[in-house]
Amino acid sequence: MPDTFTIRVNGTEHAVATDADRPLLDVLREDLALTGTKYGCGEGACRACTVLIDGEATQACITSIETAAGSEIETIEGLAASGQLHPVQQAFIDQAGMQCGYCVPGQIMTAVALLRSSPQATDEEIVAEMTGNLCRCCNYENILAAVQQAAGRAPDASAP
Amino acid sequence: MTNRQDMTAQHELPSLLDDDPAVEFERYELREPPRYVFAVDRREFVGALGAGLVVVAWPADGQAQRGGRQARRDERLADRLHIGADGVVTVLTSKVEVGQGSRTQLTQAAAEELQLPMDRVRLIMADTAACPDDGGTAGSRTTPSTVPRVRSACAAARVQLVELAAAKLGAPASDVRYEAGRFTVSDGAATTLADLAADRELVATFESASPADVALRPVEAWQVLGTPAAKVDAAAVVTGQHRYPSDIRLPDMAYGKVLRPPSYGATLAEIDLRPAQEMDGVIAVRDGDFVGCTAATSWRAARAVEAIESTARWNEPAPDEHVHSDQLYEHLKQTAAEEGGRRGRGGREWGDRQAALESAPRRHQSTYHIAYIQHAPMEPRAAVAQWDEGRLTVWTGTQQPARVHSELQSAFRLGADAVRVVVPDTGGGFGGKHTGEAAVEAARLAKAAGRPVSLRWTREEEFTWAYFRPAGVIEIDAALDDAGRIVAWDFTNINSGGSAVDTPYRTAAGRTRVLAADAPLRQGSYRALASTANNFAREAAMDELAEAAGADPLEFRLAHLEPGRLRDVLLAAAERFDWRGRRAAGDFVGIACGTEKGSYVAACVEAAVEDGTIRVRSVCQAFECGAVQNPRNLLSQVQGCIVMGLGAALREEIRFSEGRIDNASFYDYEVPRMDDLPELEIVIVERPDLPSVGAGETPIIAVAPALAGAVYAATGQRCKSLPLRV
Ligand code: FES
Ligand code: FES
Repeated sequence: MPDTFTIRVNGTEHAVATDADRPLLDVLREDLALTGTKYGCGEGACRACTVLIDGEATQACITSIETAAGSEIETIEGLAASGQLHPVQQAFIDQAGMQCGYCVPGQIMTAVALLRSSPQATDEEIVAEMTGNLCRCCNYENILAAVQQAAGRAPDASAP
Repeated sequence: MTNRQDMTAQHELPSLLDDDPAVEFERYELREPPRYVFAVDRREFVGALGAGLVVVAWPADGQAQRGGRQARRDERLADRLHIGADGVVTVLTSKVEVGQGSRTQLTQAAAEELQLPMDRVRLIMADTAACPDDGGTAGSRTTPSTVPRVRSACAAARVQLVELAAAKLGAPASDVRYEAGRFTVSDGAATTLADLAADRELVATFESASPADVALRPVEAWQVLGTPAAKVDAAAVVTGQHRYPSDIRLPDMAYGKVLRPPSYGATLAEIDLRPAQEMDGVIAVRDGDFVGCTAATSWRAARAVEAIESTARWNEPAPDEHVHSDQLYEHLKQTAAEEGGRRGRGGREWGDRQAALESAPRRHQSTYHIAYIQHAPMEPRAAVAQWDEGRLTVWTGTQQPARVHSELQSAFRLGADAVRVVVPDTGGGFGGKHTGEAAVEAARLAKAAGRPVSLRWTREEEFTWAYFRPAGVIEIDAALDDAGRIVAWDFTNINSGGSAVDTPYRTAAGRTRVLAADAPLRQGSYRALASTANNFAREAAMDELAEAAGADPLEFRLAHLEPGRLRDVLLAAAERFDWRGRRAAGDFVGIACGTEKGSYVAACVEAAVEDGTIRVRSVCQAFECGAVQNPRNLLSQVQGCIVMGLGAALREEIRFSEGRIDNASFYDYEVPRMDDLPELEIVIVERPDLPSVGAGETPIIAVAPALAGAVYAATGQRCKSLPLRV
């Protein structure tokens, strides 16, 4: 029997009547039409589904709607809400941080959480945090460069 | 149903690459009978026959793909491009964008010839009801084959437009100055693309004119091609607005889930659908071996399938009928056959190999093992299917829209006009999405549900029911003369295929051949195909032979290469890496090179081995693919290939037993991560004088053997398998 859960997503409150065990990822994508958050594995192994829950980068595929209820959730769709790209989003464009781009929303959300707590994150911090986000296009050099740019450093990528 | 590749199957596919002699069809295409045979229902037949009479709001088909090939020779400009009233030019192609950059590159190509800024060109890709058939997206053919085709059409259109503008402005064509969509004549009168768009004469011209022999803009004049243009739609990607196939939503859409057999080869004896049918809002369907459920959410659909799973009785092959991954290489060797069908083709013979092998002072034999690996694109297979009065539209992620179109036609016995396949820009392919499994399944579910259905495979399904890069055994038997020259070269590839099977090195006598074998897993294309295997084995053997000859690996290769492009990239990589200096210093370094699909690559790698783990310190790679069309995208592709190639060299390997995949998860099948990223140095060898060729595949083939050389330097141990084992 569906219960009703309340979540705030990108500043808007939603009451969702659904099965308590359903992953937050499915609720975002199917019920709220927020398809920017991606499925990559459904078991916490790839972080394509990363969203921020109360500021914390979290895998939405292994977070039930029941667990997420009452929290403040940020998704990729909320980052540029003011019509202005977030600096991390801009950096991913500038540094060619995408090939197919499917992993990119998750990459960006992980980077946003990192840079909020550590605005000038070192390369070690960036790699330690971002290494959980898989990119099968293996575009890691450019993703690293994008996060370096967002951390206020000139990326050492060999981009033309 | 079986997951084995059936090489004798007669499933007729459209000839996907028929005008591309550079690509051998059999190297690319997995051929097999349809996975499901659906029951016939009478109404369907009537529907199919009547389909031609039903006119719905589909795009006019023109030269559209419709599952077959249309001769491109009589392509009309109207099939390729349209001019909008807003002055934006829409260009059509059957190619897909899976991350390799084709959308951006083709947009550049069109913009170049139309002399427009890129944002005035819009590309419609891979819609079988609208796009001319440029073939599937495979074999690095977009750059050498589709780009010229798009350029020709756009160049011809530009000429026609100038003539039309001249007529309109009452001036000779030679007096028209054209710039960025604006036509001006010397008396100051002007008209624009947007003005001409509505012109009846233009429509008539585009309907009848074909891309004749209009000169293309030469490399020296390029203004858009050759520039590091950013990915088209990048803003949509970073804001989460881009709609991948798994993101497509239609009104009243349900979500689907398919019941999978417990093992390869299992067939369904019986199942009770009632537990699912009793669930709120669930539709459950069985059609032969196909069983699936739809519901309002994918969660409910999965619960419904779970509810009936325990009622299913399967006829499974006995466990010992399955080959296990630990018997794989033995099995391939035992079943290898000279006359083995399509995969057995390829290779050649030259000189008196046998005599040379027997008489040469030094003979060297080596065997290499290549594991099954998987593409594992981040977006698994996904499709949304919609039926409308007997006509089927499917949005899906595939590299072969025409093939999927044909799979749907045959699965549902539909006329060509009754099926439309649309491929939104997709989350990765790497040669792994040439088939239409999810499309067929979603369509069957949508038919049962009577509403559109979205189906997205789970990662486990993708790892189990997609296909794999073929495993292989490669045997090399070579001989050296007293001067350290290769005088005999016998190269046998069992099962993995013929790409780059021929050696680029000078050898007096030899043979290369590809033998087919009984493949335990379903296997198909991969990024650069078997050249990943063949180049690994050949380059590893070159290192061994160099040592036997007492030569440096670089000098030994150079001694066997004619002057030319391969030699050039090898020297470029060695120089930038300081190969000679670092060898002299005793660094743990390796080198390798190779060529495939007309481009050339060489890599130098430095590695260390610590506690039995290989750490790749740096990779310096030189690559040459003729005139560079987008240096930024090229660099991304080369970097991505290197890191993906390291994954296959270090860890990737599919393990299987008893008809199941034992590591069907990213926890157990470990792909490269950011902390695997070595220091990368890329040298693009510029050859603006040569035609552009594709660059999304070949840069993957040199890194694994170069790493093997570095590991040998570090440990004194030859690694003769992929992944490398220390
Ligand atoms: S989809 Fe959530 S971690 Fe992979
Ligand atoms: S860009 Fe394709 S998976 Fe990361």
